[in-house]
Amino acid sequence: MATPTRTHRTDPPGSPPTDPPARARTSRLHRWDRAASPYLFVAPFFLVFAAFGLFPLLYTGWLSLHRVSLYNVDQADWVGLQNYWDLLFGPPSHFFWNALRNTITLGVLSTVPQLLAALGLAHLLNYQLPARGFFRTALLAPYATSVAAATLVFALIFSPEGGMANWLLGLVGAGPVQWEAGPWSSQFAVSVIVIWRWTGYNALIYLAAMQAIPRELYEAAAIDGASRWQQFRHVTIPELRPTILFTVVVSSIGATQLFGEPYLFGGQSGHQGGADHQYETLGILMYDTGFHHSMLGRASAIAWTMFGLLLLVGLANTLIARRLRSAN
Amino acid sequence: MSAHRRSRRTAALVSAAALTALLATGCSSAGTGSDDPNAKITLSVGDFGTFGYKEAGLFDEYSKAHPNITITENTTTQEGDYWTALQTRLSGGGLDDIQALELSRIALASSEQLAGAFTDLSKAQGVDKDAYLPWKWQQATTAQGKTIGLGTDVGPMAICYRQDLFQAAGLPTEPAAVSALWAGDWAKYVEAGRQYQAKAPKGTFFMDTASGLYNGVVSSNAEQYYRKGKVAYQDSAGVQQGWKLAAEAVQAGVTQGLKEFDTPWQTAFSNSTFATTVCPSWQQANIEKFSGPGNAGKWNIAQAPAAGNWGGSFLAVPASGKHVAQAQALAAWLTAPEQQAKVFQKVGNIPANQKAYTLPGVTDFTNPYIGPKAPTGQIFSTAAKAITPAETGPHHGTLHGAFSNGVLLMEQNHKSADEAWAATLKQITSTIQ
Repeated sequence: MATPTRTHRTDPPGSPPTDPPARARTSRLHRWDRAASPYLFVAPFFLVFAAFGLFPLLYTGWLSLHRVSLYNVDQADWVGLQNYWDLLFGPPSHFFWNALRNTITLGVLSTVPQLLAALGLAHLLNYQLPARGFFRTALLAPYATSVAAATLVFALIFSPEGGMANWLLGLVGAGPVQWEAGPWSSQFAVSVIVIWRWTGYNALIYLAAMQAIPRELYEAAAIDGASRWQQFRHVTIPELRPTILFTVVVSSIGATQLFGEPYLFGGQSGHQGGADHQYETLGILMYDTGFHHSMLGRASAIAWTMFGLLLLVGLANTLIARRLRSAN
Repeated sequence: MSAHRRSRRTAALVSAAALTALLATGCSSAGTGSDDPNAKITLSVGDFGTFGYKEAGLFDEYSKAHPNITITENTTTQEGDYWTALQTRLSGGGLDDIQALELSRIALASSEQLAGAFTDLSKAQGVDKDAYLPWKWQQATTAQGKTIGLGTDVGPMAICYRQDLFQAAGLPTEPAAVSALWAGDWAKYVEAGRQYQAKAPKGTFFMDTASGLYNGVVSSNAEQYYRKGKVAYQDSAGVQQGWKLAAEAVQAGVTQGLKEFDTPWQTAFSNSTFATTVCPSWQQANIEKFSGPGNAGKWNIAQAPAAGNWGGSFLAVPASGKHVAQAQALAAWLTAPEQQAKVFQKVGNIPANQKAYTLPGVTDFTNPYIGPKAPTGQIFSTAAKAITPAETGPHHGTLHGAFSNGVLLMEQNHKSADEAWAATLKQITSTIQ
């Protein structure tokens, strides 16, 4: 119950004297403005997030508990955790475990060489080189190329019909390889595409972090007689540790979601990751289940399982980070 | 707080509020359909691969006769991608006024689950039921007698072969003699492959892919993946025969092991590394496109061991369209005999309309690129009339895809016939509920 006098009393001291009722209105508006406008300013983000992030997430979760066909989303039969059970132990479990295994091997095959190469490249570019600006820009070129374009070019390189990879093998006297058909050769080929696209991106992140390392540390190390390799090991790497951790987290999330490269690499059978599912990742399995076999419920269960896996990856990374920090 | 800053702040607040309101109300659809027959409208046609309407100038012709109608075509190259997008739109909206459907999808589209999304074309304006091949008409008709698609083309098969490679391997080169090599039996086709391979030019194979052979055999069989309304694949005559012959061909080393429609397959045409390919009428366009001008005059065409149908499409009119009546009239016109004959002469799709077979220009058609002296029109229309229709069902496409993939497991991934068979069954049991 606000009376004019009470409003008058709560006015901040030093406000310009005006007509009491009008002042009361302005100040109430002002207070409302202060309290509400921050929320109003952030509201668009949260609405967008709710519409395109939270709602699909919850809806997918709801779908994963149903048997529902892509053709008729309105008609969903409640099956409880059946989809998850099927995925882990039922008829499709073979393909789920296969996809999980492939996701891990592809993740290791692409992430480890990628980050090592990025670190090396960044270290080289950190020195005074002629045309350094050019090289730094060139690093980003693969990242700027679309996945589709890059993958199609690599599919040609690894093609059994007149592909460059087999031609090079022929030069050194090795027989042609059916790149796409073999489980390891196909995963190697897919990893090459991923490595090619992301190495430069990670190298730039490392380079930025390296430039923040104080020069004096290197000078001191040099005075103590440390070689460049020793400087790299004992100055650069420890200083870069948080950055390395960051790229490891981002790359492992990327690897868990790997989809475009293997999908496009496979051409006609890309939707199932090769004729024998030899490079099918979880992302591809989800797409194949939902859009080729129209089992939306099971595809949603895969989506949520992937979400759970990503949380685990994140958790593992945090634990490792904490251990590293305390070891320091 | 200065007046200037205050007004900027107000503007920001107002725009934030407006954005919020806009998002909250969502996208409301504007525009209403009109029943006025002369109102200016645009009809969109969604299709895949080469339907040949634009190539034959049919859209322009129709717009000239109906000045109020503009036609746009949304084409996807790969049927698989097209179907994926179509499925999503069936539940989410955004369909074209006319949607093309491929043979392997038609049973699913006319099943109880999906038929409601399409309109009944059997009584639509301008549709002449008797013109279409009866079995083609039947394939798009539901149990309740609702016809959801009008046949555009059928896929009677022939065998396209490389005359120069046949000569080099000591095989006959004239179409009649070549047809006689394997007349009546797919097994003889594989046998001819053994003969070819024995004296083959270095680095060449008799056929492009064993899955093409599998497709050919199954497509010419009366029993494929369904028996009396139920899925039947393990003991189906077509699957058994197709699988056995494909396995034999792989074993005998007469196939190059390419994946059909993939880039290496396309490249192999211009590299001249295989001598024959199973050739449904619509394949002629691919052969010419991928072999290129350098190989002109080298291809020829012979009869397939058995008549059969591989592929062919339908035009359906979604019920959600804004101009259903106009779209139905357009679909009827596009699939009428005269128009189908024009498409055939332009891109080689054999009409699904039997009245088109008697039109001059179809029976006496020859392909200037593939065996200009071969009676191409005759071969295909004879094959079209000899087709024994097979029973299909909603899972036809899935099953056919799984078995074709199984053949690939033998020839590309070097699995034994038993291993590949087991893997195929595993794939099927996990994807068909």
